[in-house]
Amino acid sequence: MPEIVPEMPRGKHGRAPDALRPGGWVPMKEYDDNEEVDFAIVGTGAGGATLAARLAESGFSVVAFDAGAWFRPLEEFASDETEQTKLFWLDERVIEGEEAFALGRRNSGKAVGGSTVHFMMVALRFRPEWFKSRTKLGYGVDWPVDWREMWRYYDQVEDALKIAGPVNYPWGPPRPRYPYRAHEVNAAGLVLARGCEKLGIKWAPTPLATVSAPRGLSPPCVYRGFCGVGCATNAKQSALVVWLPRALAAGAEVRDLAMVGRVEVNQHGRARGVQYHREGKWRFQKARNVVVAGYAIETPRLLLNSACTQFPDGLANRNGLVGKYFMTQSNDAVWGLMDEEIRWYKGPPSMALTEHWNYTDEGKDFFGGYVYMSQGPLPIEWAGAVAGERGLWGEDLKAAMAGYIHQAGLKICGEVMPREENRVTLAEEKDQYGLPVAKVTFSYCDNDNRLRQHALRQMRQAMRAVNATDLWDSPSTAHLNGGCRMGDDPRTSVVNADGRSWDIPNLWVCDGSLFPTIGGVNPSLTIQALALRAGDRIKTMAARGELSR
Amino acid sequence: METRFPGYSTLAKRDTPSWNDATRTVIDKRLDHPPPRRFFTPEEWPTLLALCDRIIPQTAEPKVPIANFVDAKMANDEGDGYRRANLPTMQEMWRRGLAATDAEARLRFGAAFVDLPAGRQDDVLHAIQAGDVRASAWADVPAKDFFKSRVLHDVVAIYYAHPRAWDEMGFGGPASPRGYVRMGFDRRDPWDAVERKRDA
Repeated sequence: MPEIVPEMPRGKHGRAPDALRPGGWVPMKEYDDNEEVDFAIVGTGAGGATLAARLAESGFSVVAFDAGAWFRPLEEFASDETEQTKLFWLDERVIEGEEAFALGRRNSGKAVGGSTVHFMMVALRFRPEWFKSRTKLGYGVDWPVDWREMWRYYDQVEDALKIAGPVNYPWGPPRPRYPYRAHEVNAAGLVLARGCEKLGIKWAPTPLATVSAPRGLSPPCVYRGFCGVGCATNAKQSALVVWLPRALAAGAEVRDLAMVGRVEVNQHGRARGVQYHREGKWRFQKARNVVVAGYAIETPRLLLNSACTQFPDGLANRNGLVGKYFMTQSNDAVWGLMDEEIRWYKGPPSMALTEHWNYTDEGKDFFGGYVYMSQGPLPIEWAGAVAGERGLWGEDLKAAMAGYIHQAGLKICGEVMPREENRVTLAEEKDQYGLPVAKVTFSYCDNDNRLRQHALRQMRQAMRAVNATDLWDSPSTAHLNGGCRMGDDPRTSVVNADGRSWDIPNLWVCDGSLFPTIGGVNPSLTIQALALRAGDRIKTMAARGELSR
Repeated sequence: METRFPGYSTLAKRDTPSWNDATRTVIDKRLDHPPPRRFFTPEEWPTLLALCDRIIPQTAEPKVPIANFVDAKMANDEGDGYRRANLPTMQEMWRRGLAATDAEARLRFGAAFVDLPAGRQDDVLHAIQAGDVRASAWADVPAKDFFKSRVLHDVVAIYYAHPRAWDEMGFGGPASPRGYVRMGFDRRDPWDAVERKRDA
């Protein structure tokens, strides 16, 4: 059991914890439950926190809810994988399907700041063509937004997070310089670099959302390597330290340890607020608009759990698409031993990458793309893979683990095709709030498997090229997207390009569940870009009187 | 097995800038207060102890009390955040799995698992891992799933949460606020483990 966990809400009595100062507080505006706020936002991760900041800075009244605790990393984050499971969504969910995959750790956060508190900080843009993958590349479905507009928002997110990246990024159209210089690549990353150079393909230091020079109260990254279980120095530019302080300063209220169980609608079929559980009882917050930003499992779950007489199949679900076209990314890896000491526990886990197979279409027997990145798993994660996937235990396990500091690895974020049968539904069993839990059904299709096999061949070749020995590979998945996909057509999408429900015009979605396709890069930058775009669109529509009640 | 990192101790860094107060609190508790048995029955307990000993053989004393932490995980019902639709709950998996392991040992070798010599215990475990089992008790708990998603998953995560495991693998251990400086090939910070020359 984690030892250091706030048990009572901290965002109360006109103040909120200051994530950047030990024991610190900042003033926070508070709204009464009966005061009809402009926006109630469910979730404070990459989608919800970013939108909360944008809306509050645009003058809207905002209350954001998070089921998780509000931590002060400097004094409450240990350098310890077990303790830091307190950042994960570990409530029960049911999984099924051929590739039913593990949930709850890396892929779902439960803390103010959401999964950005434990994300690996990899900040990549979508390839422009992916926004029109059906038209331009012949697979998936087109996004309802133009890549040039998205790229303008990527500029804004990269600047807001002071992304540390290379002067010249080798793939895609020209982009501005990254705001902060790239980090020194660790040995694990240099293994990838050597491999790419031997294979004649490009590589780059990974653009990362951890600062390479001081920024306000964030010190430069000290390369402690525990990024995936929470940054204890605040070098990481998570929503907890970037967007939420901005939202608070602009007058937003954030309620921690507040689980939203239902979105309520009025007799006109409009959202009127949210039922939430905090301090042992259910409460109701009135709102003119409700934004669901709980990520690709909790967002569909909440919409489905909000079923009522007018919307018996759940909200925003007249066409039955809520929960469908759910995606993850293939996360297969190749591991090997190097002669040199690598000590891959130093530095962010993925300091070098190649997007070669995202930007090259020739020579593929599959649709979609993948990035592969260098790796740096901590002991429990690494032992879990060696035991779980390689099947080693006893003295064999100990012998394999003794090679830890010589180990290197490459791992993909691989594009998975959007398919209707991969979906989030409700299970019979209930959680601690009495709410039906999510059931997640997932399997790969042939195309997904061809992509994985291609990637494994490429990565094995790269590892052999650097004389790595004892090669083996492991399957895994990363990230969750889709389930409330955006589109131009109310028949084939849940929301429009602004995240606005086709069925309920004052109900919005703002998180990874919007993605019509998932692409071959980590999704957080795109989620934040979509959130900023949605915030700007809302401001424009409000000014034109288009946010009718 | 002789250590690759003689004399190295992550715990020795406890009072250095590699550990913050939160880390000291958490690790101190883990080392000083192993949880008492609450979930498993006195009948199940020896089987669990024997099983943990085969998954993670320990020669150094005192041993990491792995079984106690497995018990705590079950007693607190600390789930992993997911459950396969076709599998029993985590707690049921452990209960039924231990009973079936014992039944398998009796069926194959005519003795309780705990009473078998280590080699025979390993034979039983290899059979369970491969799903090559004969005891009828496995009807209620799939052998391969029990072995992979409960035994290996839980036991390994508990052992590798212990500083001794970190020492054996040359892991730097807790690293906040100091972190690391030397990042490249064959670079070692003064507070990193020194590896015994492999050909020495």
